[in-house]
Amino acid sequence: MTKKRTGVFVCHCGTNIAATVDVSRLAKEMANEETVAFSKDYVYMCSDPGQNSVIDAIKENNLDSVVVTCCSPNLHEKTFRDNAIRAGISGFTCEIANIREQCAWVHKDRGEATAKAIKISRSAIRRVARNKSLDPIAVPVTRRVMVIGGGIAGIQASLDIANAGLEVILVEKLATIGGHMLQLSETFPTLDCSQCILSPKMVEVSRHPKIKLMTYSEVQEVTGAVGNFRVKVLQKPTFVDAEACKLCDECTVVCPVVVPNEHDLGLTSRRAIHIPFAQAIPASYTLDESACLGLNPIRCGKCKDVCEAGAINYDMRPQTVVEDVGAIVVATGFDLYPQEKILEYGAGNVEDVLDGLQFERLCSASGATKGHVLRPSDQKEPKEVVFIQCVGSRDPAQHCAYCSKICCMYTAKHARLYKHHVPDGKAYVFYIDIRSGGKGYEEFVQRAMEEDETMYLRGRVSKLHRTKDGKVRVAGTDTLTGQNIEIDADMVVLALAMQPSKGTEEIAKVLKIGRDKDGFLAEAHPKLKPVESVTGGIYLCGAAQGPKDIPETVSQASAAAAKVIGLLSSDTLHHAPTVARVRSSHCTGCEMCVTACPYKAIRLENGKAVVNEVLCEGCGSCSATCLRAAIEVRNVTPLQVHEMIEACLSV
Amino acid sequence: MSEQQAYEPKIVAFLCKWCSSAGSDLAGVSRIQYPANATPITVPCSGSVSPMYILSAFKKGADGVLVSGCHIGDCHYMEGNFLARRKLHLVKELLGFIGVEENRFRMSWVSAAEGGKYAQVVKDFVEDLRPLGPQEKLKAQRT
Repeated sequence: MTKKRTGVFVCHCGTNIAATVDVSRLAKEMANEETVAFSKDYVYMCSDPGQNSVIDAIKENNLDSVVVTCCSPNLHEKTFRDNAIRAGISGFTCEIANIREQCAWVHKDRGEATAKAIKISRSAIRRVARNKSLDPIAVPVTRRVMVIGGGIAGIQASLDIANAGLEVILVEKLATIGGHMLQLSETFPTLDCSQCILSPKMVEVSRHPKIKLMTYSEVQEVTGAVGNFRVKVLQKPTFVDAEACKLCDECTVVCPVVVPNEHDLGLTSRRAIHIPFAQAIPASYTLDESACLGLNPIRCGKCKDVCEAGAINYDMRPQTVVEDVGAIVVATGFDLYPQEKILEYGAGNVEDVLDGLQFERLCSASGATKGHVLRPSDQKEPKEVVFIQCVGSRDPAQHCAYCSKICCMYTAKHARLYKHHVPDGKAYVFYIDIRSGGKGYEEFVQRAMEEDETMYLRGRVSKLHRTKDGKVRVAGTDTLTGQNIEIDADMVVLALAMQPSKGTEEIAKVLKIGRDKDGFLAEAHPKLKPVESVTGGIYLCGAAQGPKDIPETVSQASAAAAKVIGLLSSDTLHHAPTVARVRSSHCTGCEMCVTACPYKAIRLENGKAVVNEVLCEGCGSCSATCLRAAIEVRNVTPLQVHEMIEACLSV
Repeated sequence: MSEQQAYEPKIVAFLCKWCSSAGSDLAGVSRIQYPANATPITVPCSGSVSPMYILSAFKKGADGVLVSGCHIGDCHYMEGNFLARRKLHLVKELLGFIGVEENRFRMSWVSAAEGGKYAQVVKDFVEDLRPLGPQEKLKAQRT
């Protein structure tokens, strides 16, 4: 092997690195390394002149490899590898020595930091000395997309992707798409009807020639990688043939089983066979297997008897459908923080204490009370209503530490809707702060206070309980006047925190994407990669990624769609060539690597291990298992690691 | 300065690039200070750390070796950290068997969101290594 000619480029990062690390000494010392032919330091290596100086140095000094000692490779590895390619050398002979995050920013002592920076840089130089020039592996892509979750986020992403001409499979867990947005009555800050703006989009999804809708279905297993995922979807039986169903409603009339209606959050009831709501897409009934008397004509069979269209089939079975897709968008949405956990507010056991979504159903024309605000206990119009914000939010000691972001706005909306329904009623809002950043939001809250005369009280409610005369006594403090307040309210509405929807943890595991400390799906970078997950080809949008309102959800869904469209805009993708390689002469065919490989990318051929480079992700499990060092990951070979270890222990 | 005070443990830290390396980046971004004793080597996965690397580090004069991967169940490559845990547990036993203090080798699980935890792991490890003094047993005698 001919000796490498490496160039070392030490970045000051302004003073970020230079303040703690002696950059000129670093550059000088690195020049003495055996394989280093050139070294320099510069104030901002990632700037245009900085990058150009790297290109010039490569050309002038005939360099074949580059080490940039700067910030984390997560930030600028791609920058400098692309730059190396511009200079005419392979991007894979460029390595980053991270002396900012892992050194300059975490140590104060200049001597110690400089010594550590030297070790880190030397380690990268030794590694690069044995790096091979590699070309990315071209992989054909499947130009189809799966969107998981059929709320507004999933609907928007599906429509955007399908309108760009790509095939979309929209998978929804429930029997209809629409999500939580369909439960809302009106939306802030314009108070336009939620159903009126969502239903047309739902219809568009069902009629779109490029969208395949799979409701009542759950993703079970995902294999493969970006460009070529294979997804197993379990389609639960609805026991009703959607094509044949005429929506005559005869079946629900005869069904003897009555259970709470989830769509109205238990404020109304439904039968075991039901349609979630009138505008459901697909427009068909679903027989809830868990509630039904037994799917057996001997035990009941009333719905089947009455169905003239013959749409009901008790013999439907769960089906597993396999779909090949190139990218996945996850839009699994949110749930409200459970009221049962809020012990100080009665843990959900005090009558006429509702959560925000239940109140939406009270206001909605299609809801439990046909749009009349009537309290559940006695169906009377409540004359005094207390709205409590930040229930479960901003409470690191007991509940969620984060702000759920939308509650200030929807509480203002609730107060206004209430006043529009009951003009002579009194609305009180307990709040910690009002966070109304957004176009038209602050004005909306001001209107709630001024036009609709909502009484805003700054303080938390300590407890509430039911009084003998059927009121809910709310005890709180107004911290602005310093007075304790007791209100005997007819109804209380809690602005509960948003949390990731049930099943988020499972779907994150199935997709192998991370979650943040609060359980929301984690984006790859909080600022620069807000819709990417850490796994290539899997994108995030909506409240599954963090609390957000509808406008923000829609923007994020369109952003995720744009990323997917970009990814699948060509027929091939490039796969990193840093994959496993077998040294056949050393391989004994013991199959240890075959067992260790999580991707089933290694097989035995004529007694020797062979790697499928498309399937291999380069994790290195095989190489750590091999007793004879016969398999190694390109550019992270055991030989390279041993030399890096030596560099780390040098003085 | 006495010899005991001058002794600074030398640590090689193998960090999984998906979690612990990103976690140490987060420690940097958050400016959480920790001792400079550990020099990081970023690897694709904790499962790619061969027992040979650990022995090699001790042979080359490391006083301690840290392997830090993703939390069990969160491996980017699905099961690499299971392989690491199984394999490296044996390394610990082997070290004991050949007379090297088992505490010189440590595994930790640090996610990309746990900058503070990474700093703490390094701090604790350095403190735990101090009383053990320099590692001589496996260090190759070079003239």
